[in-house]
Amino acid sequence: MTLAIDIRHRLGSFPLDARFETGSGLIALFGRSGSGKTSIINIIAGLIRPEQGRVTIGDTVLVDTARGIFVPRHRRRIGYVFQEGRLFPHLTVRQNLLYGRWFAPQPAARDDLDRVVDLLGIGSVLERRPGRLSGGEKQRVAIGRALLASPRLLLMDEPLASLDEARKAEILPYIERLRDQTRVPIVYVSHSIAEVTRLASTLVLLSEGKVAAVGPTAEIMHRLDLFPLTGRAEAGAVVEARVERHDERFALTELRSRAGLWRLPRLDVPVGARLRLRVRARDVMLAKSAPTDLSALNVLPGTVADISARDGPIVEVRLDCGGEALIARLTRYSVDRLGLTAGTPVFALVKSVALDRRSLSGPMQAERSADAEANDM
Amino acid sequence: MDWMTLSPEEWTAVRLSLKVALVATLVSLPFGVAVATALARGRFWGHSLLNGFVLLPLILPPVVTGYVLLILFGRRGPVGSFLADHLGIVFSFRWTGAALACGVMGFPLMVRAIRLSIEAVDMRLEEAAGTLGASRAWVFLTVTLPLIVPGIITGMILCFAKAMGEFGATITFVSNIPGETQTLPSAIYTFTQVPGGDAGALRLTLVSVAIAMLALLASELMARSANRRLDIE
Repeated sequence: MTLAIDIRHRLGSFPLDARFETGSGLIALFGRSGSGKTSIINIIAGLIRPEQGRVTIGDTVLVDTARGIFVPRHRRRIGYVFQEGRLFPHLTVRQNLLYGRWFAPQPAARDDLDRVVDLLGIGSVLERRPGRLSGGEKQRVAIGRALLASPRLLLMDEPLASLDEARKAEILPYIERLRDQTRVPIVYVSHSIAEVTRLASTLVLLSEGKVAAVGPTAEIMHRLDLFPLTGRAEAGAVVEARVERHDERFALTELRSRAGLWRLPRLDVPVGARLRLRVRARDVMLAKSAPTDLSALNVLPGTVADISARDGPIVEVRLDCGGEALIARLTRYSVDRLGLTAGTPVFALVKSVALDRRSLSGPMQAERSADAEANDM
Repeated sequence: MDWMTLSPEEWTAVRLSLKVALVATLVSLPFGVAVATALARGRFWGHSLLNGFVLLPLILPPVVTGYVLLILFGRRGPVGSFLADHLGIVFSFRWTGAALACGVMGFPLMVRAIRLSIEAVDMRLEEAAGTLGASRAWVFLTVTLPLIVPGIITGMILCFAKAMGEFGATITFVSNIPGETQTLPSAIYTFTQVPGGDAGALRLTLVSVAIAMLALLASELMARSANRRLDIE
């Protein structure tokens, strides 16, 4: 199902002028706060009427100002998970979950409730009222409530923003399962690069009400020219890898990617599992010759592909390591001293301990055992 | 303790007062909710005018309100004659007229309480209900209305209490006819106007105090259970 947006709307300090098209999977709207992310999904949901433009999902036209079409929000069948949950305080969790069923054209079947309750792990709180739930539980109930209204599209507006790190870690695996197990496309608004790289297949990068770039997540993340927008401090490369083996003696896990072999602190993941590794640019060092007598375990050969604009003390260098992109942040002085230019062969060095669990995403999160959970604390 | 026993006439006044206040409150309720919703949420021409009109009986001398009712709803008044001819509803010198006067006097209090509670409802919850497929009418019935129940209870109690104590507008509009329009305050007033009426006035005063206390207790209990349902800690 294709979501196509082409809108112009006046917002406080800047005009919103956004146009993009995306396929299925999880689409992230990414940008600083105030870049127009929430306004866009409010327009998709029908909470804001745009001054001009079109919004379509598949063949269904939701908004077309030229033809005077504006489908009211309750006829759009678009699930919305709000940042603050917005559960109904006068209803129990079960009643909240089933609220949308009263109005759905084909009411969700009884086993749908069981399936969603199971997917989100909220079976034990069904008879409680929202006032007695933790922040993480509230957010999971809000996700379930939106899902059970049988939406054709699910909007999530920074669903983790109001939660602390532990609660975020609790919910992220559920969103991954949602992405992988339901066929509902998801539009996910976030200003956290970590969440976006972990979850999104497509990235829409917004800046001051305009679309700066659209494309597959890794591709956007690797574009040095977009670093001012994607956020320099947390910027990095996304590497697809497969679990090759576990080294029980030193409690390490070896991952194989096109760039080479990665060693990480032991992960509780079956051999063969595929996962995504986020390698932050600031954790990558470069050497011109293969280093010896070195503590860093990850040494990956490659060539310099691109160097970001050379002003200021710091520059980003994009590498091509066997077809996989890596990004290193260096001082301009080092780049000059090593004489790095496009095509220079180099070795990228990454400390294993810089690659912790937070830089990973993939199916393994769902299979984590209780003691891995405990180690995490 | 003989002086404590109510005479049949006094019982009639008590029963009539309860009936008038109850009918006034219940009939006002749907209008009260509608007007409070319009004032809290509506943006329309004449908003302040409607607000002023609703509040007017609170500020005007009750005698003035009663006289206006007499002009409008009397047997020959424009509204009164229409209702009498077409619907068979007669207000002048009937208990229904007393209920109308009490309702009009209690209405501003009811509207204010309900309006405040509607304004306290988080509109973002209503948006959420909309995205889940509920039309505006359903959103009102399933989200807004349950959330303003405490305000509705408060409004009803205030209206009931005002109706129980209403004197000026009632006596101006429908006079002071025992068994038909003589409510508690009118009866007490009558007792104070005749020699030896002190005992009767005192008895009815005690009854008034008891009813007021009961109404307050009931509202307290209802508000508490409504809040418990909403899980307000």
